[in-house]
Amino acid sequence: MAVMFSGCNNSKSPNGNRGALASTAAEKVYVPPGEHDEFYAFFSGGYSGNLTVYGLPSGRMFKEIPVFSQFPTNGYGYSEETKPMLNTSHGFIPWDDLHHPDISQTNGKLDGRWIFVNGNNTPRIARIDLKTFETDEIIEVPNSAGNHSSSFVTENTEYVVAGTRFSVPVPQKDISIKEYKGNFKGALSFIEVAPETGRMNLKFQIMMPGFDYDLSHPGRGKSHGWFFFTTYNTEEANTLLEVNASQNDKDFIAAVNWKKIEEYINNGGGTKMPAEYAHNVYDHSTHSAKSTIKKEVLTVDPTKVPGAVFLLPTPKSPHGCDVDPTGKYIIGNGKLSADLTIHSFDKMIAAIEAEKFDGNAYGIPILKFEDVLAGQVKSGGLGPLHTEFDGKGNAYTTFFISSELVKWNVETREVIDRQPNYYSVGHVMIPGGNSAAPFGKYAVAMNKITKDRYLPTGPELEHSAQLFDISGEKMELLLDFPTHGEPHYAAGIPAEILAPKSQKIYRLEDNKHEFAALGGDETRVERNGNEVHVYMSMIRSHFTPDNIEGIRVGDKVYFHITNHEQDFDVPHGFAMIGANNAELLIMPGQTRTLVWEPEQVGVWPFYCTDFCSALHQEMQGYVRVSPANSDIKLSWSLGE
Amino acid sequence: MSTIEKTMLLLFGILLTACGGTPEKKEKFTYERTKTEKKVEAEDQVAEDKAAKDITDLDNKGVGPVKNVALGAGVDQAMARAGKELFKSKCMLCHKPDKKFIGPAPQGVLDRRSPEWVMNMILNPEVMVKEDPIAKQLLMDYNGSPMANQGLTEEEARKILEYFRTL
Ligand SMILES: [Cu+2]
Repeated sequence: MAVMFSGCNNSKSPNGNRGALASTAAEKVYVPPGEHDEFYAFFSGGYSGNLTVYGLPSGRMFKEIPVFSQFPTNGYGYSEETKPMLNTSHGFIPWDDLHHPDISQTNGKLDGRWIFVNGNNTPRIARIDLKTFETDEIIEVPNSAGNHSSSFVTENTEYVVAGTRFSVPVPQKDISIKEYKGNFKGALSFIEVAPETGRMNLKFQIMMPGFDYDLSHPGRGKSHGWFFFTTYNTEEANTLLEVNASQNDKDFIAAVNWKKIEEYINNGGGTKMPAEYAHNVYDHSTHSAKSTIKKEVLTVDPTKVPGAVFLLPTPKSPHGCDVDPTGKYIIGNGKLSADLTIHSFDKMIAAIEAEKFDGNAYGIPILKFEDVLAGQVKSGGLGPLHTEFDGKGNAYTTFFISSELVKWNVETREVIDRQPNYYSVGHVMIPGGNSAAPFGKYAVAMNKITKDRYLPTGPELEHSAQLFDISGEKMELLLDFPTHGEPHYAAGIPAEILAPKSQKIYRLEDNKHEFAALGGDETRVERNGNEVHVYMSMIRSHFTPDNIEGIRVGDKVYFHITNHEQDFDVPHGFAMIGANNAELLIMPGQTRTLVWEPEQVGVWPFYCTDFCSALHQEMQGYVRVSPANSDIKLSWSLGE
Repeated sequence: MSTIEKTMLLLFGILLTACGGTPEKKEKFTYERTKTEKKVEAEDQVAEDKAAKDITDLDNKGVGPVKNVALGAGVDQAMARAGKELFKSKCMLCHKPDKKFIGPAPQGVLDRRSPEWVMNMILNPEVMVKEDPIAKQLLMDYNGSPMANQGLTEEEARKILEYFRTL
């Protein structure tokens, strides 16, 4: 007792009187004013099309990064510079369904350079720079539909994958849907990532049988060089899939030896086929994106590359596909099965070497379930989905139907703990969970249903994330916090890896934007037919120029605005009355362009939308719009 | 002509002599606005009287990283040229070399302020307007319009200072 009392007396904690070992959940998530969180967590925004950034353990939201959706908050997808980011072979698509973020790796460890995310609906992969937290690149994925088993990276970020959820005719053609079976293909796309720049290039597509490729994870360690994809609908049904795609007792995990395929195509293998897909790249020196339409893709018939692709039977309609940090085990959870299935990489290799096959599917060898199985976690719960790892030999699996998170030992496959979730948990994230070195302090469960957890907000509620402390034997629920859109996977990384290299401003001297007004004397207005280009600058608390005359109805006015601030966290905004567009939010040193097509005669104001100084309200200007046939001379001024 | 209009004309005469405005502007004034304009003008005058531009204090080095600047006997022209370029890209939106604009003109500033003060104002404006009496007064003189920190290096600020010597 004496020892304990002195321990308590030494404690500075206001709750010290509860005993040295007692610590409330609130204390564990409390980040005092001015202090920073320990982890960044990047949550997929699902149908918001964007990525949100949170702090852990506080659950505070720091930012929404626009990726696949137009974002009026800063004009992404509305400004001339960023519109090309949303270009596709189907034209401008201002939305997508963003599913699985994954952080770049070096030697199997998170390096914090980029985060990759997938657009599920119009298949796309985006790369976000983790210095600027801006989307740098988006590549469309041809021959694909429902880009779901994506966007996971290999252990040196050699590739980011994009497996198709829906199989489709390749190339697309006008055939009866009833002819699905045997005619549709499932493309598994491997996008190489340039080591220095991160620049993406669709290197090859494996044309698999027409199953649904649902999720995937890379091998690592001894299984580096392999990629694993779960399938469902191995029945190849094309209608009423909830019944017809649940007929087979087992579906597959497709194991792909990508190194073997890489070798095959480097020796001239594969078939080039015509395909149209957009490749959009944002350049931080011109502050502008460019969209290029590519015309060709290299496809690989897996039956032509012996030893490259195998099918591992996995019960039943498996969804999640996760590889443990050592790379020894591949976990596939049948969402209609109560058991967790753990495949052994070693046993798989042995079975392949012994050629112990159990038939084939369209020429791809099927291994025997018992030959590759390491073991099962029996009756783990109902509706097992996804598994993450703590780096200490434990796995954490979510159960959608029974709404719980289950901790079990990867080697012994014994259940250690189970904690209820509120409600219907989908993915779980442990920072570094998809790497060889997870940071196993917290797990975040991403729940699909939220009712009764927060104040009601009408029929729709934001989804709920739940933070668990997993540092002990038992998991401890610490915090609920709302997340935006419909989060699927998330990726977490220690703040100390990202924060020190976070970019504060864009240097004006590096601004190579074609229409930047860099010196105060470069501001001007130029007419070219009915196009008018305004080269405008902004700094606290005025625009140069702030009076413009000689604009006519029917003109297309391009406001090219350069923010001359060189100070962290001082963006300015620009909003023009009646513009059929959004505002612009322009970062220090950046140039952005808004198009305005005035249709009414008058004198119309514009103003800064971001409260920038005591004189922010004065940060405004006027444009005079005259009739189409007017001969008012183009003029501009400031302070005259 | 109504009495009111006559009064307005009369008022205009006074205003014109007072501020030397152009005659084309007169029909735009109203009685109310004239009054307001005059008031602002008068306040401006008072402010000008105790304005920082009239303060000469060569001992005040300001608050910031610069403790000691040694100016050469003559102007280093290469340095001043570099300073002029920097001034154009980073400062000209708010400062004209030889006349009051959003902020004060740098012309002749070294007759009134120490070189250290000038450099600290460039490099550390947020702290200067809080802690340095002259910078505080300047912020008031310029309607609370804050000087932006343009993230210049000490070397760059030194070049701009050299350019100021040529003005
Ligand atoms: Cu502003």
